[in-house]
Amino acid sequence: MVNKNYNFAFLDEGSKREIRRAALKAVAIPGYQVPFGSRELPIGRGWGTGGIQLTLSLIGPDDVLKVIDQGSDESVNAENIKKFVGICTGVKTTTDTREATLIQTRHRIPEIPMTNGQILVFQVPIPEPLRIVEAREEATKKMHAEKDYAPMWLQLYESLVKYKKVTVSSEYPCMAGGRYMMNPSPIPKFDNPKLHRAECLYLFGAGREKKIYAIPPHTEVVSLAFDDVPFERESFKGKKCRLCGSENTYLDEVFDRETGGRFYQCSDTSYCREVRSWS
Amino acid sequence: MAYVAVSGGKEAIEESIKLLDFYKSGTEKDVEIEAIENKLSLLVDRVMSEAGLYSTRYAALALKQCEGSVEEAVFLLRAYRSTLARNYYTKIVDTEAMRVVRRISAAFKDIPGGQILGATYDYTYRLIQFDADKESASAMRQAIQNALAAQSPEEIVPCPRVSDGLKREGLIDRFAQGDRAPCDVTANMLEFPAERSARLQTLSRADTGFISGLAYSALRGFGQVHPTVGELRCGFVELHVPYLLDESESIYIGEVLITEVECFNTADDKDQLKLAVGYGAVFGRNENKAISMAVIDRELDNGGPYPAQDEEFVLTHGDSLEMNGFISHLKLPHYVTFQSKLDAVRKTRRADGE
Repeated sequence: MVNKNYNFAFLDEGSKREIRRAALKAVAIPGYQVPFGSRELPIGRGWGTGGIQLTLSLIGPDDVLKVIDQGSDESVNAENIKKFVGICTGVKTTTDTREATLIQTRHRIPEIPMTNGQILVFQVPIPEPLRIVEAREEATKKMHAEKDYAPMWLQLYESLVKYKKVTVSSEYPCMAGGRYMMNPSPIPKFDNPKLHRAECLYLFGAGREKKIYAIPPHTEVVSLAFDDVPFERESFKGKKCRLCGSENTYLDEVFDRETGGRFYQCSDTSYCREVRSWS
Repeated sequence: MAYVAVSGGKEAIEESIKLLDFYKSGTEKDVEIEAIENKLSLLVDRVMSEAGLYSTRYAALALKQCEGSVEEAVFLLRAYRSTLARNYYTKIVDTEAMRVVRRISAAFKDIPGGQILGATYDYTYRLIQFDADKESASAMRQAIQNALAAQSPEEIVPCPRVSDGLKREGLIDRFAQGDRAPCDVTANMLEFPAERSARLQTLSRADTGFISGLAYSALRGFGQVHPTVGELRCGFVELHVPYLLDESESIYIGEVLITEVECFNTADDKDQLKLAVGYGAVFGRNENKAISMAVIDRELDNGGPYPAQDEEFVLTHGDSLEMNGFISHLKLPHYVTFQSKLDAVRKTRRADGE
């Protein structure tokens, strides 16, 4: 049901063009955070409005949209965003990663590798990777300009000294194209390697913080690590999905309501379904 | 039964939205939009001010739609605002020409143009009127209409500012008229250090509670103590947009009710003292917000170690939509990131690191 009271894709055309321009600039400078005049949406700021603004400004009538949250197509927030874009565009939606031309995501990259011609739009709460070491935008902007990333390295080093492990969990910082340190959004470290030399375009939108950044296809993206302490992903060693049996996916830890027992299942629900359909 | 991951979200949302009606169905009486607009005017003013959209009718509609929640009403108006193309910017408003309905100075007893107490709750006793439920709206309106009809309208004389005299005396710095186009924070990301226009716009749209608390902190000692309200005026100002075919001409498009404040503080001027001004202007009758804005404007000019003096801290944390949006997002599932956090915690606790 398309709401005809509003423009196609909600925002006025001028706003959409401005967002696309910011996205183009972001593609030209991988990892660099491009400021933009973030518009207010009928969905809460902090609920994915940066990603939604990118989606709304990019989407055309022929696009096929997939929205995931925590890897799941059916989660409340994913359904809600899909419904909103549906109401103001009427485009086709899908849960199939391969079929989608545009995928909006919160906290995950799909397990099925994305290809040329597809765009993955990330919802970003805190675009600034240096925020954990420096609270002020004015200061972090200078640090990026001077490529002064020492405080972040120090942070990683200190956690090694203290815990013998790098304790940054999700939002693990990486270097894009060898120049800008970037926050891959709160994806787990598990997904970081998928950013490196990918086939598809990755766009990151932070609505509340009013920033857009990008990783164009084939860009070198390196997660921060020391020569003698390599980058380490979350480990699910010896665990597998209780539904499809996969051992190579990111797993959600779930508890049995009655026995209190703990087991695991794929966070990417559409991938899990696909694996089950093979058998 | 085994744990069921949050799915079937679509149906859950639909039912949840339906259930909202339950909370509005406690009575068969309806709240009329006209009544909200005219009888809850201060609430309407607050919502318009925080939304940055001046429409008493839409503010009233929004309030009705969301059970009177200020942040939800602000949210509705802001989202609506995003769908409107911005065709014009109004010309600079001269608030000296304001049709004043209230004007006070806490600095001087007698001011050019006179003090006009106007309508205020300041001197009421805050005793609940237990018979407010028996009030007759029509009788009240009739009585006021009759009283108005018995008076003859006065001519509006432009009202000079209290600060003008102090400027002439050299106690307040004078600045050249800055006619640069203001930085519009609704169309650009706020950058630091922020232009003053961006600062004032941000403060004017800020959450009332947030800036009141900050201003209070500055008064209590986490800032420069106790400024003086040089002038607080409340009234209607006319808005004009440039006439496209002839820029020297303009078209009157209506008027808005605003509250404007100038606060005075003492400040260093080399080896002597001077007075420094903080400025506040907000939509509607919104006096404490306007005063708070003026206090904070001055604190930010001054700078210093306290929160109310820190530009980035003040300007990035006071937007109703942004603060409430981000706080409420904590209710969204964080399964993936929490799993990652668990992994990090567990790894530090295991001898083998696995």
